[in-house]
Amino acid sequence: MNPEKTEKTSKIDLNRNDMPKQSPEIRRHNFNEVALGYSEGLAVQEAKRCLQCKKPKCKTGCPVEIDIPDFISFIVKGDFSSGIKKLKEKNCLPAVCGRVCPQEAQCESQCILGNKKGEIAIGRLERFLADWEATKGKVDMPPKAKPTGKKIAIVGSGPAGVTVAGDLILLGHEVTIFEALHKAGGVLTYGIPEFRLPKAIVAREVDYVRRLGAKVITDYVVGKTRSIDELLKEFDAVFVGTGAGLPWFMDIPGENLNGVYSANEYLTRMNLMKGYQFPMSSTPVRKHVRVAVVGGGNVAMDSARTALRMGAEEVRIIYRRSHAELPARLEESENAEEEGVIFNMLTLPVKYIGDENGWLKEIECLKMELGEPDASGRRRPIEIPDSNFRMQMDAVVCAIGNSPNPLVPSTTPGLQTTRHGTLVADQETGKTTKERVWAGGDIVTGAATVILAMGAGRKAARSINEYLETGKW
Amino acid sequence: MNKVIERKVIVPNMHLLTIEAPDIASKVKPGQFVIVRANDEGERIPLSVADWDEGKGTITIIFMEVGASTGALACLAAGDFVATCVGPLGNETEIGNFGTVMCIGGCYGIGSLYPVVKALKKSGNKVIMVFEARSNYLIYWVDRYIKLADKVFNITRDGSIGYKGHISRLSDVVNGLPDPPDRIIVNGCTFLMARASEMTKDLGIPTLVNLNPIMIDGTGMCGVCRVTVGGKMKFACVDGPEFEGHKVDWKEFLARRKAYLEEEALFFRRSEPKQAVHKEGKCQA
Repeated sequence: MNPEKTEKTSKIDLNRNDMPKQSPEIRRHNFNEVALGYSEGLAVQEAKRCLQCKKPKCKTGCPVEIDIPDFISFIVKGDFSSGIKKLKEKNCLPAVCGRVCPQEAQCESQCILGNKKGEIAIGRLERFLADWEATKGKVDMPPKAKPTGKKIAIVGSGPAGVTVAGDLILLGHEVTIFEALHKAGGVLTYGIPEFRLPKAIVAREVDYVRRLGAKVITDYVVGKTRSIDELLKEFDAVFVGTGAGLPWFMDIPGENLNGVYSANEYLTRMNLMKGYQFPMSSTPVRKHVRVAVVGGGNVAMDSARTALRMGAEEVRIIYRRSHAELPARLEESENAEEEGVIFNMLTLPVKYIGDENGWLKEIECLKMELGEPDASGRRRPIEIPDSNFRMQMDAVVCAIGNSPNPLVPSTTPGLQTTRHGTLVADQETGKTTKERVWAGGDIVTGAATVILAMGAGRKAARSINEYLETGKW
Repeated sequence: MNKVIERKVIVPNMHLLTIEAPDIASKVKPGQFVIVRANDEGERIPLSVADWDEGKGTITIIFMEVGASTGALACLAAGDFVATCVGPLGNETEIGNFGTVMCIGGCYGIGSLYPVVKALKKSGNKVIMVFEARSNYLIYWVDRYIKLADKVFNITRDGSIGYKGHISRLSDVVNGLPDPPDRIIVNGCTFLMARASEMTKDLGIPTLVNLNPIMIDGTGMCGVCRVTVGGKMKFACVDGPEFEGHKVDWKEFLARRKAYLEEEALFFRRSEPKQAVHKEGKCQA
């Protein structure tokens, strides 16, 4: 026996395998995916580090309870086909989740090797399996139950809606997804940029549910083209997964100047409308030289990194707390920093100043300091009086969050909302205050993550199926 | 994908487009709009609905050919398809018995006011229609309006019909009436709506306008259509498109409308040099 090998297998390997990435100098000039994914060799090497715990804690950190050690053990054996099957039992969007899930706060945070900072790269392995399946060219279709004759309408084709669709169609129900935009995928399509989540992957995942038999109707605004009550006449159940799509602004002077965008607008222009191909695509995009992005979440990082790729010379993140409180994933803020985004922490914009043509030219900010922790547990930012200063900027992207889109709640009598505008829905079942209507994802929780939306979708699907079988609300 | 039933030039540079859209035709109300995308690479543009036929399941739009996107729509023929036609979006125009309502239409607004005037008449209003155009040959659907409206006036820049001059002649139209109208509704280009609102403010007549900002999704998601009304930020797509003209910040609105003028030109200037081959001094493309 090779003594070196014995040495390796007998010891716990704490060396997390890095995933190859495009170098920052190159990637800041293109929209191709930043992280390149594991090779088969790297994936097996990483998978072998898994201790296959008897009571896996990673699983408890996953909102959809994927059988993590099981799928990893298939990678170790090189049986990727069984691995992806195992993964898909619990997660119908592995290529997406492997990329955009905050694993460091979920499954990976629970990994026992994390005690020694060597947690298994579960997300990367998940991504590997999904990509392996895609390149193999043949996606195995799981068996479908025989038709029940029950019809379900799903409003919104984002992660929550697609999960509900995938689950219910396998149970033999007839599923129709309604999407307001011209492309399915919700935030995965209009929001998350190409370099973080290639659109071909989203299209593939939506196509999978379509091939399972779900009908996807785009360009259809439920609440406008047809109301929920009208849908209820044709369908046995309705699931509302319309997301958090109403951008917040700060209510400061100058916000309606040209050059001030909501992150939704900025990213939609670039992603959904292919603005990055302008003028070959026809949605106009203005070239900006100095771009400020207000906010510290993933959407802010996405916007800043998009601005760089659009050719901006100076891109700044303006955030009112400090680095430690940035809500973005560490990986994303690191990527942004590597690419050259400048971070202006403890800074709050108070006023936008325009030129004579109504275009932004300067922003006025205040310096902040951190006080006592607030309700969110993070230290509260406090304005430093008279610390005003100005920055020359020709664009601002406001990425401070979204409220739920009110279109469905406001046109559906009987659907109760909270004071935050989210739909009231049971946490375990997704049942709303209106009979035969379920809801899940950001429309219930407020802006959150893809995987939480999927988790909610899964629970709702279970509850919908139960209702369809028993007839009991 | 929606089938094009008809597309024709109605007056120079102004097109009538009838699209198969049964769901929209059964739902649309006066003052609402749809978002249309001519093809897969196309921009999403909001266009007011000028007419519909629920029985046939069709809607009709009147639009002016101004840029790349309307240019693509202008190339459509019956039997073609538009990539997107979604709606009806926005709130409907407030309809009630107001007494006498003056409707001022210019450009595409002559079309979009038609269902409004129909509904106003149905609710028992007296309707005075005012056409505003550069010249009489740019006014359309006169026959339709003559059947509906109680009185019709024209204001043309060249004086070819009616009052000569710009919308500033509106005060002459109003002052010539035995009683001022109880409300004025203006549909048309931004300048027309802004200027008319300015004038009716002095005349003290409540005025409603149907705003036409740049939009993307049309469902409140992107916020590009934001407009300041009465000092508050509103989204034209979900809070409007109808607003009180006297409360709109027109200067800001105009600036926002013009945000992409330069880029629009850029789109037309894009060149694909590989496609043009020059040989012996001649273009072989």
